[in-house]
Amino acid sequence: MFDNLSSKFSNAFSSLRSRGKISASDIENTCSEVRTALLESDVALPVVDSFIERIRSKSLDALPNLQSGTNQAQAIFEIVNAELVEILGGSARRVRFAKTAPTVIMLAGLQGAGKTTLAGKLAKFYAEQGNTPLLVASDLQRPNAVNQLQVVGESVGVPVFAPEPGNGVGNPVKVAEQGIAFAKSKLYNMVIVDTAGRLGVDEDLMREAIAIRDAISPDEILFVVDAMIGQDAVRTAQAFQDGVGFDGVVLTKLDGDARGGAALSITQLTGKPIMFSSNGEKLSDFDIFYPDRMASRILGLGDVATLAEQAKKAFDGESSARLEEKFARGDDFTLEDFLEQLEAMSKMGSMSKLLGMLPGAAGMKKQIENFDESEVVRTKSIVQSMTPLERRDPKVLNGSRRARIALGAGRKVQDVNSLVDKFAAAQKMMKQMRTGKGLPLGMGMPPGMPAPVQKVSQQPAKKKSKSGNPAKRALEEKG
Amino acid sequence: MGIFSKFISKIKGVSTADPLDWQELEAELLAADLGPSLTSAIIKDAKSIKGDDALASLTQILNSKLSSKSRTLNKVASTSALLVVGVNGTGKTTSVAKLASSLKGSGFSVILAAADTFRAAAVEQLQTWGARIGVEVIAGKDGAEPASVVFDAAARAGEQSVNYLLVDTAGRLHNKNDLMAELGKVKRVIEKSLPVSEVLLVIDATTGQNGITQAKIFTEAVEVTGLIVTKLDGSARGGVALAIESALDIPIKFVGTGEGESDFAAFDAERYISGLIGD
Repeated sequence: MFDNLSSKFSNAFSSLRSRGKISASDIENTCSEVRTALLESDVALPVVDSFIERIRSKSLDALPNLQSGTNQAQAIFEIVNAELVEILGGSARRVRFAKTAPTVIMLAGLQGAGKTTLAGKLAKFYAEQGNTPLLVASDLQRPNAVNQLQVVGESVGVPVFAPEPGNGVGNPVKVAEQGIAFAKSKLYNMVIVDTAGRLGVDEDLMREAIAIRDAISPDEILFVVDAMIGQDAVRTAQAFQDGVGFDGVVLTKLDGDARGGAALSITQLTGKPIMFSSNGEKLSDFDIFYPDRMASRILGLGDVATLAEQAKKAFDGESSARLEEKFARGDDFTLEDFLEQLEAMSKMGSMSKLLGMLPGAAGMKKQIENFDESEVVRTKSIVQSMTPLERRDPKVLNGSRRARIALGAGRKVQDVNSLVDKFAAAQKMMKQMRTGKGLPLGMGMPPGMPAPVQKVSQQPAKKKSKSGNPAKRALEEKG
Repeated sequence: MGIFSKFISKIKGVSTADPLDWQELEAELLAADLGPSLTSAIIKDAKSIKGDDALASLTQILNSKLSSKSRTLNKVASTSALLVVGVNGTGKTTSVAKLASSLKGSGFSVILAAADTFRAAAVEQLQTWGARIGVEVIAGKDGAEPASVVFDAAARAGEQSVNYLLVDTAGRLHNKNDLMAELGKVKRVIEKSLPVSEVLLVIDATTGQNGITQAKIFTEAVEVTGLIVTKLDGSARGGVALAIESALDIPIKFVGTGEGESDFAAFDAERYISGLIGD
C-alpha cells in the first residue's frame, strides 16, 4: 500500500537531506517533486495544490528560524508529516454507539468497492469486542450478493437477516426496516446493513439509498471506497455526500500497491474521517484507521505502533507469562518455545505484511513482496516432526533422527541441519545477550528464525547416545 | 461537462494560449485519470496545434494515443478459450456474463467456467447469470482448485465443440505473487486442451494510475490481449484505459455500461474519446 507514494517522498527528501543548509529554492524543488508524487498517486489536483501551498508557506516561514547546525531537512520533513496527518483526518474517530441499542451502521459505495466483505469484517471486529451484531442483506441487486453475505456471516459466526432471495427480487428498504425490528426483538446491540453498489450519478439508486437511510436512521453511514480509485473519487464522494450522506470513510484493498492518494482527497474535500482500513481477503484483515500511523507509513517511517499492537493480540497473556517465568528461572529456550512463537506469528498475519510495517520498509519493497511465506510453514513442519524430547534438547539429534525428521516433514536432511544450526546460533546469541554483551533483540535473525522475545541460559545437556529404535527410545525418554 | 469548451477557443495557434490556459487543460486531462506522464505528452502535442479546429486536433491527438491493434476477438480455432482476469471488484463475473450473452446473440455457442472458487458465492453468482442468459456453467465444488475447474470445463467445451469457453477467474491484486502464479497455472492447464485466444483484463473505469501497474503485471503473468473497461456509466471517464493503451499497446475491446446483460458493447473509439473530453 502507499509504497510507491512513500518511495517518491523518500526520494524528494533524500535530495533535501543531502543539503547542508536549505535555501528557499531547495524548498521550491522539493515542493514540485512532492506535487508530482501526489499527482501520480491519484490525489485530486485542487487538494494537491492547496497541500503544496501550505507546506511551501510553512516551510518558508520556518526557514529563518532554523538554526544552522540543526537538521533543517528534518524540520521540513516534519512540516510535511504534520500536514499529511491533518489531511488524513486529523484524529481518528470511533463508531458512535446509539444510546439505545441497536447501533445501526449502513454501508454505501460504488459497485465492487468491497461492501459485502467489509460487512463481514466489521461484524467480526465488533463481535470480538463483545457486541452482538446482526448482518442485514439489503443488496438485492447483484446476483447472489445475499448468498455471499450469508457465507461471510457464517464464517465469522454472525447471524444474517435475509428474508429476500435477492437477484432483483424484494424491496431493500423493507428488508432494512424489518432487519432493525428483528434486531430489536432479539436484542442484538448492533445492526450492519449491506446495501447494493451504486454509482454516484444513478439518481434512482441514490433515492433508494436515501429511502433506506430514512427508514432505519442509521447511527453511522460508512462510505466504502476502493483504495485504487482515481480522480473520480472526488466526484463520487461528493455525489454520495450530497445524496445519501455519510459520516465516515472505509478504505478497502489497501493490501494492493495502489498509492491510495484518492483517500487524501476524499477526507480533505468532504471533511469526513477515514475510520477503518481493510487490507486483505481474510476476514481478520481489518483495522481502525490511524491517520498519524498512515502518515508515517507514507513517509517511510514504518508503522511500529500497529506491529506492536498486533503482537500483543497474537501472543496471548498466558504463554508470554509462561515464557517470562521460564526466563526468570534461567531455563533454556527450546524448539518448543520456538514453535509456539511461530504459531503466534502466523496468527499476526503474513510475514510480508509484518515486515512492511517496519521502518525503512519502502526501500526493500521488492524483497518484502517476494518473501516466501511458506518458509515459515516449512520451518514449522520440521519442528513438528520432532519428538518432544528432540524439541527440548536438539543435541540428541543424530543422523538417523535427522533423517526421520526430514522424511516426516517432507524436507531434505540439509533443511533440518540448517534449521538446527540456525537455532543453535540463535540460542548462543541469546545466551550472550543474557550475559550482557549481545545485540539488541530482534536484529540480524535469519529468515524463518524470527526473533524470540526472551533470553536463556544453557541447561546441562544430557550427554547420552540415543537409540535409533523408536520403541527403545521411548523407554529411554521415559526413564 | 464541456471540458474543452472553455479551452479550445483559446488555443487556436500557440500565441493566443497563455500558461494559465495550459494549466487548465492539464487539470482537465488529469481529472480524466490520464495521469501525469500521458498528460504532459498530450500537452506537448497540443502546443503545436495550428489552425481553427482545435477540438478536432485534440481529438486527433487523443486518437493517436490509442493502440493500433485489432479490437475484435481473436479466433484461432473452432473452439477457443477466453480468460477473464482482473483485480477484485472490477466486474469480472458480470463482464463474463455480458460477453457470453453478446456472443450467444451473435450465434456462437458458449460455455462458462466458474473458476472463481475463492470469493464467497462467486460461483453461484455466475450460475445465476448462466441461468438468466441460458448458457451452461461448469463449476467445481466449493473451494475447489481453480485449475481443476478449468480442466473439466475445457474438456467439456471440447466435447461439445462449442465456439467459446469463457473463464471467470477470482479477483486478485497484482502484487500477490502466489495468486498471479496460480493464474499462470490456470492458463497453462486450459492450454493443454484448448487454445487460449484471448486474455481479457477487466479495468474499472474509476481506477486511477494503479490501472497501469495492474495491466503491466497481469501482462507479465498471462499476456493480456485486450481490456474490458467497466462502469463507464458512472461519472468516471476511464482515462486510465487510454494511458494503458498508450503505455503498453493493449487495445480496449469491450466496455461495460451498467448492470443489465445488454449494457455491454464493443469498444467505440469515437465515443470513448468524446466521453473523455466530455463533449
